[in-house]
Amino acid sequence: MKHRFPVNFFGGIWTLLAAGCLILVPNEFARAQSTQEAIAQVTPRMVKIFGAGGIMRLQGYCSGFLVSPQGHIATVWSHVLDEGEVSVVLDSGRKLKAKVVGAEPRLDLAVLKIEGEDLPYFDLDLSADAAAPGSRILAFSNMFNVASGNEPVTVLHGVIAARTKLEGRRGVFDISFPAPVYIVDAITNNSGSLGGVLTTRDGRLLAMIGKELRNAQSNTWVNYALPISELKEPIQEIIAGKYTPVPTKLADTPETSPRHKPLDFGLVMIPDVVARTPAYVEEVAANSVAAQAGIKTDDLILFVNGELIQSCRHLVEVCDKLEDGTMVDIVLRRDGKLETVKLVVPDKAE
Amino acid sequence: MSQLLHNIGLSCIVLLELASTLQAADPAVLAAEKQRIEVCEHVAPSVVAIFSPGGAGGGSGVLISKDGYALSNFHVTDGAGKFMKCGLNDGVLYDAVIVGLDPSGDVALIKLFGRDDFPHAKLGNSDACQVGDWTFVMGNPFLLATDFQPTVTYGIISGTHRYQFPAAGNILEYTDCIQVDTSINPGNSGGPLFNAAGELIGINGRGSFEKRGRVNSGAGYAISINQIKLFLDHLKSGRIVDHATLGATVSTGSEGQATIEHILENSEAYYRGLRYDDEIVSFGGRPIGSTNQFKNVLGIYPKGWKLPIVYRRGGETKEIWVRLRSLHRLSELTATLQPKPMQPKPGPRPPGKRPNKEPKEGDPEPPQAKGPHGPPPPPEQLKKFYVEKPGFANYYFNEVQQQRVLKALANWGKFDGAKGTWQITGTIGADRKYETKLGDTVAGLVIPELPGKPAEAYVQKYADLTDIQDEPPGTGGLLTALSHLRLLLLRGPKAFTEFYYLGSEPFDGKGEIVDVLVAGLAGAESHWYFSRETGALLGYDFIRGENQDRCEIRIDSMQDLPSQRKFPKTFRVLHGDQPTVIYHIDQLNLETPAA
Repeated sequence: MKHRFPVNFFGGIWTLLAAGCLILVPNEFARAQSTQEAIAQVTPRMVKIFGAGGIMRLQGYCSGFLVSPQGHIATVWSHVLDEGEVSVVLDSGRKLKAKVVGAEPRLDLAVLKIEGEDLPYFDLDLSADAAAPGSRILAFSNMFNVASGNEPVTVLHGVIAARTKLEGRRGVFDISFPAPVYIVDAITNNSGSLGGVLTTRDGRLLAMIGKELRNAQSNTWVNYALPISELKEPIQEIIAGKYTPVPTKLADTPETSPRHKPLDFGLVMIPDVVARTPAYVEEVAANSVAAQAGIKTDDLILFVNGELIQSCRHLVEVCDKLEDGTMVDIVLRRDGKLETVKLVVPDKAE
Repeated sequence: MSQLLHNIGLSCIVLLELASTLQAADPAVLAAEKQRIEVCEHVAPSVVAIFSPGGAGGGSGVLISKDGYALSNFHVTDGAGKFMKCGLNDGVLYDAVIVGLDPSGDVALIKLFGRDDFPHAKLGNSDACQVGDWTFVMGNPFLLATDFQPTVTYGIISGTHRYQFPAAGNILEYTDCIQVDTSINPGNSGGPLFNAAGELIGINGRGSFEKRGRVNSGAGYAISINQIKLFLDHLKSGRIVDHATLGATVSTGSEGQATIEHILENSEAYYRGLRYDDEIVSFGGRPIGSTNQFKNVLGIYPKGWKLPIVYRRGGETKEIWVRLRSLHRLSELTATLQPKPMQPKPGPRPPGKRPNKEPKEGDPEPPQAKGPHGPPPPPEQLKKFYVEKPGFANYYFNEVQQQRVLKALANWGKFDGAKGTWQITGTIGADRKYETKLGDTVAGLVIPELPGKPAEAYVQKYADLTDIQDEPPGTGGLLTALSHLRLLLLRGPKAFTEFYYLGSEPFDGKGEIVDVLVAGLAGAESHWYFSRETGALLGYDFIRGENQDRCEIRIDSMQDLPSQRKFPKTFRVLHGDQPTVIYHIDQLNLETPAA
């Protein structure tokens, strides 16, 4: 049973709200009525950032967005900012020097400052609420450094595919973020797009585009963005000059969660002396899962769960990805014959 | 069995429920969907799947006229050769021949045969498109369409007026192009970018690829249809066409201004007064605030077009009109046509396998391979539509255009018997008499004495063919310019060592569209301008050598001679910054014996 209110009740509320916004918010950010209108509202608030890099695959540019009328700019904490001072090109084409005034590496966040006043900016208090999967978005960034001078940044369209935690661990995603991120179906994360933004279709700020991220297991690229709801407080505190970064060693960062090593299975491998030391077993600890599975000294580990083990180092990487309590198939070579053994990954906490 | 029926029954219920959910969808959404489907159905017949004759590779294209002209990328047809096979969504494979090539703009014009009512796309206005507009890309990505039904992808315009540098190792430069997030993959090259109304706004051909392999990474680029419109008659000339340079480069300042960084002292821009450090305010009618914007204007015009430049120096603003110079030497353009090494058929890489070689930024897809045993011979009935000639993609089409344009001169009457010296008499300005004699070995101009003005006499000898002088001085070589007119009327194209149809351009940069014929002899050239509308010869330029200001002759009126011939009555002569001089012709005498 739905409750029905007279139409004019809502009308009255909206009028009041709209009036409130107009009075309280100098940086009026009306909800756009069309995609073009949203683009026209967002684009002047975007900046192009040029700094360190430009060698190998490290591009010396990224994106950012203005978060205060005095020229505070939020972007992703990356190598581009390594020298502390960068060049910022505004949407108008003006080129200015910017300094890093604060950073929270745990959140991949950095805040820069240019000299300015009355600049167009995103009022973080007017950002969009969390968006559910299926929500349509626009993405703004200077990906591939396509836009130069006063040329507007690139705009992509897409849909939020998921809101999920990125499990940062070696061999899968070399990145971590303590809160759920948005995964989008558009190819938003390219060279130079870090520090760009996702907005709703009506132009409200939703998230900051993250780094380029490849899943080493599947060789696929992940397009993710960091919710503004997580970044808003630190950005506002950095602007206010009263921010202290959270100590990096936090219990909730996945980086610190324990991972498996060959020794956890009772395997002592031969000394890893060259780049591709074959994965020979030096010793098997008594009563270990490896011993129970029948692994012996001098066995060569060839496959773990079907993955060819190319070296001792590779074995460490593969063990790193194993989950507690799962079944593992290992193929060994012993005396010129192949042997298959099965074992269960022991619980790391024990 | 009953279980099966029960399942079917359940499915039906589910389907019915789905149907009722669909009916509940927003009518606006359904209407938009219906409109998309209609646009797709309307334009799909114009989309071409291009295959090299051996079938070893291919790309896409789009028909633009009912007689079978279709656009594609240079880098698609380059691998396919002179003859190719083109599939349309009627399921029929048509034969096609190359017509014209623009190697630096990455455009190719081809012609399909077999119908006189080809479905074709309507050309849109790419300057009207906006970031955020919906677009369709159609074509044959990964060469999937064995039944020639084009693949459709849908996305938005991500950027307009983009500039993309030439990729390493080639001269393909995308200027003033359209950036889309609409999926463009190998095989899409050469195919159409349509706006939401189904109008052709660009030709897809390039993407930004870095780490993810040669597949769509969110940034595809299409050559704007407005640029191609400017080149279309050039492409129909069967030539290998060139882009232009100003003879000057600009750099972007920190306040968003573009200033001249280098300028060649033998360029027309320099002759007209442009200097180092001048600030470019506008170029070709567009405001300029960065190097990219300057290059975007430069890139959309064929060489030889005359454009306005507004520049600022010390607070003063000035407008000049400058003809663009060629960007490449012909040898550089033809070098791009050399046979390419075998390349694999474009297609997705097997998953999980890293590429040995990373694709370079903006690198277009590889040219297609020839078949394992070389391409099959072209169909017999098509052979006459291809004529090989150095500097031309297909000289056949140039001859067709030459004949079309030269018809206008046939209206002037027969001159081919008048092989002697031509004598022209009349007045310069209001009353200064002159007499010109034009012969095979010498040309002369005599201006008799007037009270207070001495007699003048000028001679140009043609014994040494390479030494064309500025006679009379300060005209740019008027005597030889007139000799070129005599040669063209007397002997036609055969009189010149080089003769071709160039394409079209606005007359003097701002007038009506004119067809241009070029005649070359002894290091000098004349460009002949014929009205597209009436076919009439409106004037011609004579260029006595590289980097020389032209002698521009503009025909103001024609007269009927007693000999049943037509000839100019009044013409103006313009040269650089010299004042315009008006010549009246009272008499043309063709019967004088040879000098």
